[in-house]
Order: sequence, then structure tokens, then C-alpha cells
Amino acid sequence: MKMPHTNPASLHASILAAGDPSSRSLVGLDAKATWAELIGGSILAEHAGGLTGKSVLIATRDQFRAAAALIELDGIARRIVLFPPDVPREQLSYVAETAEADLIVTDDPETASADHGISRVILSRNNVTPVSVDRSPRVETEWILLTSGTTGHPKLAVHTLASLAGSAMHRSPASASIVWSTFYDMRRYGGMHIFLHAALTGTSLVVSSAQESVAGFFARAGVHGVTHISGTPSHWRRALMSSSVDRISPEYIRMSGEIVDQAILNQVKGQFPNAKIEHTFASTEAGVGFYVGDGLMGFPPDVLTRNPLVEMKIEDGTLKIRSNRAAARYLDADAPTLKDAEGFVDTGDSVELRDGRYYFTGRRDGTINVGGFKVHPEEVEAVLNRHPQVVMSLVKAKKNPITGSLVIADVVLKAIAPAGSSPAVDSDILRFCRGQLAPHQVPAAINIVPALAIGESGKLVRRHA
Amino acid sequence: MDIRSEVVAQFTQVAQEQDKRLAPLTDDLPLLDSGLDSLCFAIVVARLEGSLGADPFSDDEDARFPVTFGDFIRFYENAAH
Repeated sequence: MKMPHTNPASLHASILAAGDPSSRSLVGLDAKATWAELIGGSILAEHAGGLTGKSVLIATRDQFRAAAALIELDGIARRIVLFPPDVPREQLSYVAETAEADLIVTDDPETASADHGISRVILSRNNVTPVSVDRSPRVETEWILLTSGTTGHPKLAVHTLASLAGSAMHRSPASASIVWSTFYDMRRYGGMHIFLHAALTGTSLVVSSAQESVAGFFARAGVHGVTHISGTPSHWRRALMSSSVDRISPEYIRMSGEIVDQAILNQVKGQFPNAKIEHTFASTEAGVGFYVGDGLMGFPPDVLTRNPLVEMKIEDGTLKIRSNRAAARYLDADAPTLKDAEGFVDTGDSVELRDGRYYFTGRRDGTINVGGFKVHPEEVEAVLNRHPQVVMSLVKAKKNPITGSLVIADVVLKAIAPAGSSPAVDSDILRFCRGQLAPHQVPAAINIVPALAIGESGKLVRRHA
Repeated sequence: MDIRSEVVAQFTQVAQEQDKRLAPLTDDLPLLDSGLDSLCFAIVVARLEGSLGADPFSDDEDARFPVTFGDFIRFYENAAH
């Protein structure tokens, strides 16, 4: 194995070097291509020619098409922005502008017809047609992944293939029999990690589709003989509610993206007693930190020092990480610096040491993780506070066994309704929120309170877990 | 309180709030075919904790997740005993 995984030349060259690209495939819902077909072909067809040195925003609904376009453009485009399908389309203009995009690649009629002020390439088919083009890389392409922001728009984190592939494992003889899958979308860090891992170790990868039921996905994963599969604890809780979960018999299961509790570890183990189960700490900004494989929630302190390539420390009760897997910076003009002066990324994830083991306790800034989606309380409060009946509001997390957390809100009304409870106002406020927020951001419950505590700084008193 | 009617009421209410089309709630209906997504289930479980005073999902770390609507009802009925 001569391919240096820590500094791959281009995705194209790395896939070629990975082993057996003509017998391993990327499998979508209604499209399939071998890695060899993907690196030797084009999904952008006649549009590909003019993209050298451009900034390209890939905003397809379909995951397979996004992957094909990404493979085609790495080393060619100056910058590739991967727009996740769950991010509201209203954010496209902001993202396009921030990334100085020259072009949007989409398969979505709505996106195709909207005017974002830049030209569009419309993909209507999954065909990857063979072409003979010079794929020697001309540039080290920036790969832009979106992450949630506090001010109503996503933040754009700058990665390269090298930083994203830093944690991909090397191909081994065992790779030949591995088939990966993931509940994540590859436009999210968790999915990108698996996508690159499969591409760079030469294994097949079955990707999910929003157009598919959970049962349909498991049936497809079963047919393709998936052996390795990853997702958030919430993905796994949903999976365990499906009778089709027994269509797969994975050897290896990974969880990441949310705090892993003991219940979900035990439940997945109960369903798949022979599988190796690991949970991982990773973030879009910091990259992959560590793996825990002892079947217990939290992590033993020695994982912080186990990998010489990833330096980790607990400072002020939060986890900080320095490695070449981290993003370089944010593109947004108003974003904070991504790394401190020493190059550490502050993950903002609070931990607590109890009886010799660390446990995650939540986010220092109060960000609420609802089933893998981050919710910034301030963003929800801003919407609540625009309701004509609301004076002020405080948004907080409520622990939940299905999605980890739910959003709830304490609200002070202008005129307190008699008898304390006012279902009519509650539902009106919730309707107002639903019109302006994504479903996971809308409070699951509104508590009408007479007042909220204000600290000496003049700010709301927040109690973060 | 009748557990079944409370569960049916919450499924119906949450489906309506979240603009989901709810399938007829028969006992053999697979939960994932009910029309509700994870967020809906999370809200249903939170509200049932309020109204029934029980959260069997959190109470037993080793419990098997219910798969059908009938399993879901029994999950709560067993928690109440």
C-alpha cells in the first residue's frame, strides 16, 4: 500500500490507488457505479470543461449525484461547497455569496428555477458517462462543509481532501470483504467521513436516500451485504423501531454526532450481539477525535493520549482538539476564529470526570442537539420574541429518549392570561414558529412564565447542563 | 386514565401539528409506517411522560424498542403496572 492517506494528491488518484476500483461500487437508491466508473466518467458532461479553477456549489437533492460531481471536480475546481439537503433552500444565496460560487450544480427544480444571481448546471439523470479527460490535479481544492451557526445562517468550514481523509483507515486485507453504509448524508461530516473511508480503502458503499423508507433502506442494505454501518444514536433508535432492522447483520456498528447514552449502546448490542460497536467523537470543525469500543457511555481518560496524531485536552471543562484533521477556517465574515493561537479547536462540548471516566454533559454554549441537528437557543428566541404577544423567552433543552434532546421554551407574555394556562396563545406562538423555523427548532412545549431571571450582565440567566 | 386513548390522542395531535399524514392506528401498524418521524415520536414520548407520568423508553436501558403500534401501547401499559 503505497498511497499516503494523510496527504492524498486528489480524490481521483487516491481512489485509483486504493485497490480494486472496478469491482467496488457506490450504490444509491436508483443509481450505482463502480469507483472506476466514477473516476473515469463525468456526470457534469459538457459543463465540466469550464469549471477549472471555479468555486462550485453542489446543491443536489440526490446523494449519488453529489458524490459523482465531487469526485469529478476535486483537483479541478478551486472550491467545492457541499450543500446538505436538509438545510433550508433559503440559505442558498447566503452560501453561494459567502463561498464566492461561480456555479450551482443541482437536480432540484425549485433551486434550478430560483434566481441566485449565478449560473446553474441542472443534473437530471444519474448517468456517469465515460470520458477521457486529463485528471492530473491542478489545484488543491477546498472542500466546504456547512455547520450550524448562531445567527440564522450556516457557517462554512474550509477543509481539504487531506484534512477530511486524515482519519480514513488504511486498506487492509480485510477491506476486500467490507461493505460500508451510513444513515448520514455524505454532505454532513459524519457521512463524508464514511464516504472517504470507503473510497480510500476501496470498499463498496451503500448510501441512503431521503426518498426511501427505513424499511426500504434496510432491505437494500441487506441485499448489498452491508457489513459496516454508522449513524447517530437517534438514527439507531429509529432503526430499532423498524422490524426490517433484521435485514442487515453488520459486523461493525459506529455511533457519532450526539451524546451516546448507555441505553442505546445496550439496545444496539441486544439487536446485534455479535457486532463490534464503537462510538466516536467527531465534529465538522475538529475532525475525528477518538473511538470508544468498550461498550460503555463516556470515555476513559487514556483515549485522549492514545493517538499521537490527535492531541486532545480538557480545559475549563470542555474538550479541545488539535490535529491535521481539523478545518482550516470559516469562510463567513462574521464567524469566530476556528482555532486558538496554538491551533486547538474548542469543541464547545462539556465533559465531567466521574469515577475515573469522562462523560459528555452537553454544550457549553447551550446548543441543543435534537437528533443530530444542532439548535441554537438564541435563534429560536429571536423568532419567539417577534411574536406580538411575547415579551421575552428562554429556550432550553429537555432530555428525550428518542432524539437525545427536545427544545422547550419559557415565555413571558405581554398580558398574562387568566389561570396561568393559555392554550390558544401557546398554539398561536407555535404556529408562528413553524412558519419560520425548521421542525427540530420549533419548541415541543411552551411554558408561560411570569418572569425570567436577568443576570448582572443584563443577559438572560442560562443554566447549561 | 385509559392509556390507549391517551396514546391515540397524542399520535393524532402531534401528527396534526407536524403536518404529517397519520396512518390508521391499528395494533399491527409498524411505527415507522405511521407517518410520524423521529421528531414526532420524541414529542409524543415527552407529552406522554407529562400526561401518564411514565417514560418507559428512559426507565429501562435494556428494553427492546416497540416496533408496532400495539407494542407501543403495551410498552406504556407495562410501565404503568
